[in-house]
Amino acid sequence: MTPAAAPAALAPRQDLRTANLLIGLAVALTLFIVVVPLAYIFWRALSEGFAVFAQNIMAPDTLHAIWLTTVVAVITLPINLVIGISAAWLIARFTFPGRKLLLTIIELPFSISPIIAGVCYLLLYGRQGLLGPALAAGDIKILFALPGIVLVTLFVTSPFVAREVLPLMQAQGSEQEQAALTLGASGWQVFRRVTLPNIRWALLYGAVLATARAVGEFGAVSVVSGAIRGQTNTLPLQIELLFNDLNIVGAFAAASTLTLIALVVLVLKTVIEGRTR
Amino acid sequence: MSVAAVIEAPTRRQKRVLPGFGLTMGLTLTYVGIIVLLPVIALVLKGAEIGPLRFWEIVTAPRTLAALRLTITAAALATAFNALYGLLMAWVLVRYRFPGRRLLDAMMDIPFALPTAVAGLALTALFSENGWYGAILAPAGISVVYTIWGVAIAMAFTSIPFVVRTVQPILEDLDASQEEAARTLGATPFQIFSRVIFPAILPAYLIGTTIAFARSLGEFGAVIFIAGNLPMKTEVASLLAVIRLEEYDYNGAAAIALTLVAIALVLLALSNWLQAQLTRRRVPA
Amino acid sequence: MKTRLTTALALVLGLASPVAAQDAILNVSYDIARELFAELNPVFAEKWQAETGRSVSIDQSHGGSSKQARAILEGLPADVVTFNQVTDIDVLAEGGMVDENWREAFPNQASPYYSLPAFLVREGNPKNIDDWDDLAAEGVQVIFPNPKTSGNARYTYLAAYAYGLEKNNGDHAAAQEFVRKIFANVPVFDQGGRAATTTFAERGLGDVLITFEAETGGIARQYADAKLERVTPSLSVLAEFPVAVVTENAEDKGTADVSKAYLDFLYSPEAQRILAKNFNRVHDEAITAEFAANFPDVKLVTVEEVFGGWDKVQEEHFAEGGILDSVFVNQ
Repeated sequence: MTPAAAPAALAPRQDLRTANLLIGLAVALTLFIVVVPLAYIFWRALSEGFAVFAQNIMAPDTLHAIWLTTVVAVITLPINLVIGISAAWLIARFTFPGRKLLLTIIELPFSISPIIAGVCYLLLYGRQGLLGPALAAGDIKILFALPGIVLVTLFVTSPFVAREVLPLMQAQGSEQEQAALTLGASGWQVFRRVTLPNIRWALLYGAVLATARAVGEFGAVSVVSGAIRGQTNTLPLQIELLFNDLNIVGAFAAASTLTLIALVVLVLKTVIEGRTR
Repeated sequence: MSVAAVIEAPTRRQKRVLPGFGLTMGLTLTYVGIIVLLPVIALVLKGAEIGPLRFWEIVTAPRTLAALRLTITAAALATAFNALYGLLMAWVLVRYRFPGRRLLDAMMDIPFALPTAVAGLALTALFSENGWYGAILAPAGISVVYTIWGVAIAMAFTSIPFVVRTVQPILEDLDASQEEAARTLGATPFQIFSRVIFPAILPAYLIGTTIAFARSLGEFGAVIFIAGNLPMKTEVASLLAVIRLEEYDYNGAAAIALTLVAIALVLLALSNWLQAQLTRRRVPA
Repeated sequence: MKTRLTTALALVLGLASPVAAQDAILNVSYDIARELFAELNPVFAEKWQAETGRSVSIDQSHGGSSKQARAILEGLPADVVTFNQVTDIDVLAEGGMVDENWREAFPNQASPYYSLPAFLVREGNPKNIDDWDDLAAEGVQVIFPNPKTSGNARYTYLAAYAYGLEKNNGDHAAAQEFVRKIFANVPVFDQGGRAATTTFAERGLGDVLITFEAETGGIARQYADAKLERVTPSLSVLAEFPVAVVTENAEDKGTADVSKAYLDFLYSPEAQRILAKNFNRVHDEAITAEFAANFPDVKLVTVEEVFGGWDKVQEEHFAEGGILDSVFVNQ
């Protein structure tokens, strides 16, 4: 490995040795901390052969978990997109009292541990919770069913789109949009023809991150799921369940599907970053 | 990562010229109210119900204190590691060109993309006594799984991206002329780093470590696999909140949860303040 | 899979999907009963179909018994509970979910089977663990779950305590000291019984696992390669596995009949045979004789005899600041 100095980099000779040392250290550490655990997941998943792996993936409960996780992701994505754009537009384009406070609240879910978010939802919608009696009277089931899982997922993923889109909208300013308005375009036309094309990559990026998070959420969902086999178990919960069922290979097989999704996310991310640069 | 502080107010001229104020305001407020605020309010109300005296009792009970101490210590260990590792990675990725650099760069996002439960599962299996790493460490008398080290490792793994990804862009944008000048004046590479480069990246560096620390404090999915949940020893605070819940002790759960939220908010404020400092420095008023 | 898709789709669209002549119940159960009900449920479904012409699907949720009870109080829509702890159903009765006189609703005080805390040790029993006092010895690592969240572990606590009392002629202080010594030998407290099993069997931690006899039998069979050995202590506590219909939910959903039939089925000879085969002790004498090899002799004491009943145990031992806290948390 011969490091060539980057444009702004240091003078050669002894720096070359430092560079080699640092690169070597960086690669070695990353290998141990990130790459090996990743490889280990696939290794364990396939340790009893591909047939066993496939059989584990095709087990009805695991298939249902994959299905449920997909449903949750598909429901949360459009909501996140709409709200993310709405919040970014509001904060980037208008001044109003409490603007900074609103932004802080939008980002709040990043700071709250997901498991605590789950506890919050339990205290709100649980039968003993704030809205519990009202919900029970109306025979509305939120917790331990799909709505509860979707709601906590929305909570943990809500800041992603706004966070990606907002700085970009801010940086681009609103001259183009104002020009279009002056030329007689309607608000909706301005948004579709001017704003959306400008933010599309940031939007996609936010969507990818939010979806990755929705697919992988564990802590928050574990509090509100009720772990009904083949009913309310998402894929991350299914991993824990299989692990506790002493089906270790099955747990790693389920984990490997999530790992694959994570890798796809990374590829998408790299592609999108290439586009935006 | 907070963007709150970097957003400057639009100029007054633009105010209300653009359409959609009412729509986006209504939509955003309703959504944030229902999805984010309402549940948090439920927690705060539950906490208020407890009464300050009982609240204090719960939070200062030996087991709660031990859990908080463990959580903070392990998070500090994890953050210390990431402060060094993150700086190294940011430096190597920005300053050197070598084959595989982009791949290495992409690796930095894996802990973010990988579900924490998967990370916990893999790390536990690797570090347990019959795992790949555990088998090497065990003869040396080092046990990781079910100790504070396991907790710290799980936290460190899940918060890897934060320091790297906050320092990287700042390092990339750094003006080379100051370094040139310093070199011309005969400064050693170490002097250049400590006197020129490090002060420039310090605010971003602090933000990154603050976020990494906050994230470590709240980590749950990866930690519960590896921690062992031994009360007073390896029980993290968020797990204790869940255990209290499972024991029907709603007050205990709410009090601990509220404490964690409060700590998170303080850290969020700290990182916003740092970000404001950073913006001020980069864009002189 | 197709019906699953339809059901999920209906859920997504917020529609109820009443499929003709189809019953569905949710059995919320304790942690280690996974394999047991996976084996029992199809047999019941067949029987129900034959008797009523209706098909029935039984969903399972497993977890620490107390955690499960809380989830039901919070709205987990259980039709029946099959727990390992009387107090956890009492909690549901207090919350109005279960009939107050639930113990009279089914035979044997609503416990179709029972078990006891027993040991599982490594091949050849290298630490010579034969009885409770061997667990208090220095250098022995003992594995059982968190007694605060697991009913399984609470029985372990009670059995150790009962043994301590008997050895020390009823001296409570000495019994507590004895239990404290055992707890000090536990390196990790998992949330539920099954997680403890994983810790012992899969991760290789500890010299002895204490769990229900039913679990020790099943695990010894599952991990045949590891040659784990079952050890039955001289004395243990009878652990009832009580069942109840969650009337509040079942009446709501119109599943009261099938729920009752499901629990009645657990007392039928075919169910009792499956139970005994899985190392659960049953009251049916013929079947007990048939599986005698599964059930070594042991002196069983009851919670009523030694501790004066569950209410008293709850108050003195398990409540916040009780005796359990003094040996467990502040060890």
